[in-house]
Amino acid sequence: MISQFFVLSQRGDNIVFRDYRGEVQKGSTEIFFRKVKFWKEEGQDEAQAPPVFNVDGVNYFHVKVAGLLFVATTRVNISPSLVLELLQRIARVIKDYLGVLSEDSLRKNFVLVYELLDEVIDFGYVQSTSTEVLKSYIFNEPIAVDAARLPPLGPAAIFMQGSKRMPGTAVTKSVIANEPAGRKREEIFVDIIEKISVTFSSSGYILTSEIDGTIQMKSYLTGNPEIRVALNEELNIGRGSGSLYDYRSSTGSGAVILDDCNFHESVRLDSFDVDRTLSLVPPDGEFPVMNYRMTQEFKPPFRVNALIEEAGNLRAEVTIKIRAEFPSNITANTIVVQMPLPKYTTRATFELDRGAAGQTADFKEANKKLEWSLKKAIISHMLLWSLIVGGSEHTLRAKLTFLQETHGNITKESGPVSMTFIIPMHNASGLQVKYLQIAKKSSTYNPYRWVRYVTQANSYVARL
Amino acid sequence: MAPPAQSHRSPSPSQPSGKGEVSDLKSQLRQLAGSRAPGVDDSKRELFKKVISYMTIGIDVSSLFGEMVMCSATSDIVLKKMCYLYVGNYAKVNPDLALLTINFLQRDCKDQDPMIRGLALRSLCSLRVANLVEYLVGPLGSGLKDSNSYVRMVAVIGVLKLYHISSSTCMDADFPAILKHLMLNDPDTQVLANCLSALQEIWTAEASKSEEASRERDALLSKPVIYYLLNRIKEFSEWPQCLVLELVAKYVPSDSNEIFDIMNLLEDRLQHANGAVVLATIKVFLQLTLSMTDVHQQVYERIKAPLLTLVSSGSPEQSYAVLSHLHLLVMRAPVLFSSDYKHFYCQYNESFYVKKLKLEMLTVVANESNTYEIVTELCEYAANVDIPIARESIRAVGKIALQQYDVNAIVDRLLQFLEMEKDYVTAETLVLVKDLLRKYPQWSQDCIAVVGNISSKNVQEPKAKAALIWMLGEYSQDMQDAPYILESLAENWDDEHSPEVRLHLLTAVMKCFFKRPPETQKALGAALAAGLGDFHQDVHDRALFYYRLLQFNVSTAERVVNPPKQAVSVFADSQSSEIKDRIFDEFNSLSVVYQKPSYMFTDKEHRGPFEFSDELGNLSIGAESIDNCVPVQQVEANDKDLLLSTSEKEDVRVPTNNGSAYSAPSYDSSASLSASQTSTDLVTLEPALPRQASPSLAIDDLLGLGLSTTPMPAPPPPLSLNSKAILDPGTFQQKWRQLSISLSQELPVSPQGIAALTAPQALIRHMQGHSIHCIASGGQSPNFKFFFFAQKLEELSNFLVECIINISNSKSQIKIKADDQTSSQAFLDQFQSALSKFGTL
Repeated sequence: MISQFFVLSQRGDNIVFRDYRGEVQKGSTEIFFRKVKFWKEEGQDEAQAPPVFNVDGVNYFHVKVAGLLFVATTRVNISPSLVLELLQRIARVIKDYLGVLSEDSLRKNFVLVYELLDEVIDFGYVQSTSTEVLKSYIFNEPIAVDAARLPPLGPAAIFMQGSKRMPGTAVTKSVIANEPAGRKREEIFVDIIEKISVTFSSSGYILTSEIDGTIQMKSYLTGNPEIRVALNEELNIGRGSGSLYDYRSSTGSGAVILDDCNFHESVRLDSFDVDRTLSLVPPDGEFPVMNYRMTQEFKPPFRVNALIEEAGNLRAEVTIKIRAEFPSNITANTIVVQMPLPKYTTRATFELDRGAAGQTADFKEANKKLEWSLKKAIISHMLLWSLIVGGSEHTLRAKLTFLQETHGNITKESGPVSMTFIIPMHNASGLQVKYLQIAKKSSTYNPYRWVRYVTQANSYVARL
Repeated sequence: MAPPAQSHRSPSPSQPSGKGEVSDLKSQLRQLAGSRAPGVDDSKRELFKKVISYMTIGIDVSSLFGEMVMCSATSDIVLKKMCYLYVGNYAKVNPDLALLTINFLQRDCKDQDPMIRGLALRSLCSLRVANLVEYLVGPLGSGLKDSNSYVRMVAVIGVLKLYHISSSTCMDADFPAILKHLMLNDPDTQVLANCLSALQEIWTAEASKSEEASRERDALLSKPVIYYLLNRIKEFSEWPQCLVLELVAKYVPSDSNEIFDIMNLLEDRLQHANGAVVLATIKVFLQLTLSMTDVHQQVYERIKAPLLTLVSSGSPEQSYAVLSHLHLLVMRAPVLFSSDYKHFYCQYNESFYVKKLKLEMLTVVANESNTYEIVTELCEYAANVDIPIARESIRAVGKIALQQYDVNAIVDRLLQFLEMEKDYVTAETLVLVKDLLRKYPQWSQDCIAVVGNISSKNVQEPKAKAALIWMLGEYSQDMQDAPYILESLAENWDDEHSPEVRLHLLTAVMKCFFKRPPETQKALGAALAAGLGDFHQDVHDRALFYYRLLQFNVSTAERVVNPPKQAVSVFADSQSSEIKDRIFDEFNSLSVVYQKPSYMFTDKEHRGPFEFSDELGNLSIGAESIDNCVPVQQVEANDKDLLLSTSEKEDVRVPTNNGSAYSAPSYDSSASLSASQTSTDLVTLEPALPRQASPSLAIDDLLGLGLSTTPMPAPPPPLSLNSKAILDPGTFQQKWRQLSISLSQELPVSPQGIAALTAPQALIRHMQGHSIHCIASGGQSPNFKFFFFAQKLEELSNFLVECIINISNSKSQIKIKADDQTSSQAFLDQFQSALSKFGTL
């Protein structure tokens, strides 16, 4: 059972605080914040506090969401998964109700948040975290905050960045707020979000690769009609008895082979084995319909090659090449390539491709890192130009100057190269939502359906 | 209730400072109180919001209590809710004012709107004012019978709240019986779940007081209840599912058909997106199949994929919680995960605590077929710029080397680390090479060649320097420069700040001296002279000991300091298998994340339901001996039934260092402690035990330290204890619960005592020599916990002792309970004198 729940800002300010059982002393928020801020680990100066720790018999659980710390305390030996899941869920419910999750929105809507907290947990026991169920207990109206000024939150937020196809405000709309126009807009969002992890060896060979995907749904449909989501027909789950990393088995065919997946409790799998459709009555609010994991071979969106060579006394040269291996009608954005350089590097000069507008390369003196970013550049007033289109190749050359002579192997002093990126409207696994069928109420009922794909880097690393 | 009153120490200028605004609000509220004008509710809402926001930022608005209550006569539910929030916050500190609210809350409990009934009932039960409980019984009784499930849901938790305010009122009203009836009959699953939570808490708390309650608690685990819950499990939402699964995991089925039925029923829970549900299900599967080796193994295979999916989906925090559980399973049955090793590779953006778990998993799953790849991967991390992870990775490589039979390639890798010329890499590697040589002396040629090239000036970390010095002493015949390096170290004695290193230096110089006397003589002289003048007690003592030993007889000295050694077969595990099993039993709890059983981090009253066993019962009873060095055969035997007992893929942990210089630079302490056991091998850490008393005494004489010649008490103690006292654990537990603490004290423990406390058994045997018997012991470094008892010789009067020894700060916490309180001080003195002699023999 939960003893206390609170939300702290990054500075440690108490935004929301609810004591359910009165078992934990008053100063717990300060104890917690000090502990997290000055966490010490053996041999480390700055270590990150683990999500769960114990101070004087009180267990503190925390998750970070949207720059806020959601914290629960208890004295009993409870399931950590349960509490961490719950904290994540509370954050999501609050977001569903407020539209936007931020310090500002929480402060403006604290009465509503307390209303929610009273119904989510009673005397430390979870009652409900379903946005849908909670609706009947919530009477306060959310006070909207200006979403445009907020930093983007979560992967779905990238759809707000200027792409004309997407209604930007929809994802930040409260499930209970009334539209200014009066009637609610009928719409449903299905996002297929994939996080990719790839490790390239120094020779460019793929050592490990994995896709962790989730199909996320957010429904604003009134009356909760039943929905059918059809996935690829050639979809296999479980990779048989062979090794999970046996790539040969899958190449050639168009089949998508998932290692494993799990489903939201509302999903019914009656016909899943037959025609790969999921049927569900989507509850209000945002929730993951399905999580999946794939280690089948796939084409990584980027090839990365990195090289560091000594170039005479006290000098070395770095060459990083990235090649976009996705179709040319797709563009990636917010690409950042980082590479730790030898500790004794004092200076780095860069040489970029010609016409590389919007690219910047930088030597971060403090942590001896090279940072190359290929962001979207604004060429003229209205035109947004993404630099990395499919098929293109980009190279960065850097000349390094050292403080002292290198000894030993310079490749052991630097690297590995890591890369982050976001590619909207692309997915690497090949998993697709073929159609989204909404049980019709009448012939005129035709809600908006948005099916969106996005691929992100999780751990995208090239070794030297 | 809600917002903390203490936050915001310095209100910003824009915030009201209090008084004026509050009295303003007061008059405004008063105006609205009686008004029936249209739109009045909206104005009230604004005012209420202001009140609540003042309350949140810590302004005392309790003076508005009367007005707030007056204004609450409304049908507007938003207003009511804010009013309840307000009342809940101030009732506890203003019990008199709380009485004012009883009336309207009771009235609201009879409202037509079930929402209002529920909310009012919840607020009524949340007042937490003891003298108002009489007002709760009526509304709770009708709430439990309410036609609306929301009200019943609230009422059930209300009963639990009442129990916490006044357990007797709750029991007298016979509420638990009503809850039990509701649990088995209510159509609403949330009502049912709340009944289950409430009953678990109430019966567990009552169980110590009444037989009946304890029977009722056990009845929750009976077949009809469990089956009833299991049959409805799909109607439950995810959270109550966890609750039910947790209960089912404690159920003992009568036969294997029942086990399979339950598992088939729950099979699809493994595909749930909520990690808590999946882990709770896994716990059921693991517990049910504990006695069925084959099925248990199938369970491991079955749960692998869902666990891995959970690790990679969800937030980093959630995946850490799941990964900790995966880690536990991997540690128990590494063989079953040996083909999944790639899943344990670290990703660059993972946090330190995640990477550390993964490295440990990689270490244990390494076997003949995957070692090459794993070590290659680890070597990448070792070259990483992330220093803590680089260190951990090198340690991992070393551990793999120590557990493999074919270490050829790994030794090469380790030696390559030394060529990287990074200080921390060199430091970690030296420590490993030392351990490796203790296990595989045959590699000495290769290693020594490389180690010999390392300049001691480049090694600063004490552990690494100590390792290097050990190698210099141990292999001085093969290392050309050894005497000279040692000599220069000895000459710069004052520059060496770590006593650990100085101790090693003394021993190394001695060893070198026996092998190459002429060359080392100078170094030895310098070292002994410096050592004798050392301000550190241990260093001084060791120097003196060596000096006298050499004076006595050089060949005896050699037999003591440098006896022939056997290679170490297995390094001792850092955690006993009992503790590991205990953690496994507490699967899906914090114990797994902390890697400690719950008794080490929770107070007794917070152990939760069904924690039948008192901590005593779970500690090891008696004093069976766990030697620090486990014979190889025994390990192999354990490997075979790896699933059912803890897998003894023994953690290759050198039993050194707990941060203290004393604790165990093993070879040295064994050499000095068991001086007379001439053939002591390197790792026999048999601490000084009473039975070794006579040979040890010779040393006492030799050192002339004037210790008393017999370990037994010289002055007759004022209190005679029965040396053959008997007390069974049950009686002990009962007495421990009944008696109050008569004395509690912190006692220092001598460094020698700490050094001898490598295993709890040493102390247990020692105390037995003083007629103080151990009934249970446990704990792990640095905290050991013991329960002792003693009886007076002439009468049946018991002393019970809880003794917690922390070896990192050399302190012990003593709590004494006694049948005869008057003699407890005398007993404490005796206990203290016995304890202070520990390790000094």
